[in-house]
Amino acid sequence: MKKQYFVLIALIILALLFAFGSNLYRQKQTENYESMAKAEPSVLIREHSQTLGDDNAKVALIEFTDPGCETCSAFHPFVKQLLNAYPGKIKLVVRYAPFHKGADQMVKILEAAKKQGKYWETLEVMYRTQDQWASHHKPQPELIWRFLPQAGLDLDKLREDMTDPAIAKIIEQDLADAKVLNVTKTPGFFVNGKPLTSFGRQQLQRLVESEIKEMY
Amino acid sequence: MTDSDREDPINWYILFACWMIASVSALGSMFFSEIMEFAPCSLCWYQRAFMFPLVFILLIALFPFDGNIVRYALPLALAGWGLAFYHTLLYSGVIPENLQPCSQGVSCSETYIDIFGFITVPMLSLISFSLIIGTLLFLKRRLPK
Repeated sequence: MKKQYFVLIALIILALLFAFGSNLYRQKQTENYESMAKAEPSVLIREHSQTLGDDNAKVALIEFTDPGCETCSAFHPFVKQLLNAYPGKIKLVVRYAPFHKGADQMVKILEAAKKQGKYWETLEVMYRTQDQWASHHKPQPELIWRFLPQAGLDLDKLREDMTDPAIAKIIEQDLADAKVLNVTKTPGFFVNGKPLTSFGRQQLQRLVESEIKEMY
Repeated sequence: MTDSDREDPINWYILFACWMIASVSALGSMFFSEIMEFAPCSLCWYQRAFMFPLVFILLIALFPFDGNIVRYALPLALAGWGLAFYHTLLYSGVIPENLQPCSQGVSCSETYIDIFGFITVPMLSLISFSLIIGTLLFLKRRLPK
């Protein structure tokens, strides 16, 4: 056999082994998560978790998010599009993984805004103005206050509600769950306990659609 | 020396084996970081910096066979071996953790995997670099002076 073919075949075998191993590993991971979610569903959805969509929807799209994360912001319109594509069948569950500097402040603002019924409006404002307050070189979370009136919030009440120790507990709990679920990057998606193992719009859509098919 | 026609054909296969070891190690380390999502610590990155180029220069030396490769590949492998040896000592606790250079985010002494209870990632790296060095030295002895 020509030596070139010898090397070529070796390369193909290595690539196949790598791909096969990756698939096997991801499959195993998914099974692990599913059994974990079955044993303790609260790791994925806590009572305090904000949801969007029909409460009785059988498909829960759980998103570990960070208001300061660019990809979360970029993904947000797509996630809403997915929700709208299957009305009543999916609900979005927001979990916090505030890894960015100053992001825990944002979570406190969000939770305080929830008390004024302006949760989603506030999140939209945060994502929209993110490039102003969450620059990686110099994050200035205090700049968000300039933009918060756009969400129609009572800022004085917001400042007061933010100090509620229950909010700090929520962040703590979500971070602990993120650790259990091995969420180290945001956004981290789960669909009814199945993790999104390969990140991307199409992959998320496929995972959601296969779950809808299974549940309905 | 570079004339592949006068070369003992076995030498080509020895170099091929060496390239395979480097390729498997490089892919393995990528499997740990990309698929299993273990963040590589700084020591791991330095070892990868010496392993990855080996994959390319060893492959180039196969077509046509070039015995001079030992001169170029050996220093890389030795440097990688040194780092792997240091890392293994760190991992096993021979060197205390506060002497280790990496503090940003990922600890170099945190155990990620244990195969059969005693094989760790730095040990795999040490084994790979040792095998590569051994193969290169074996090849050097067989080459005409």
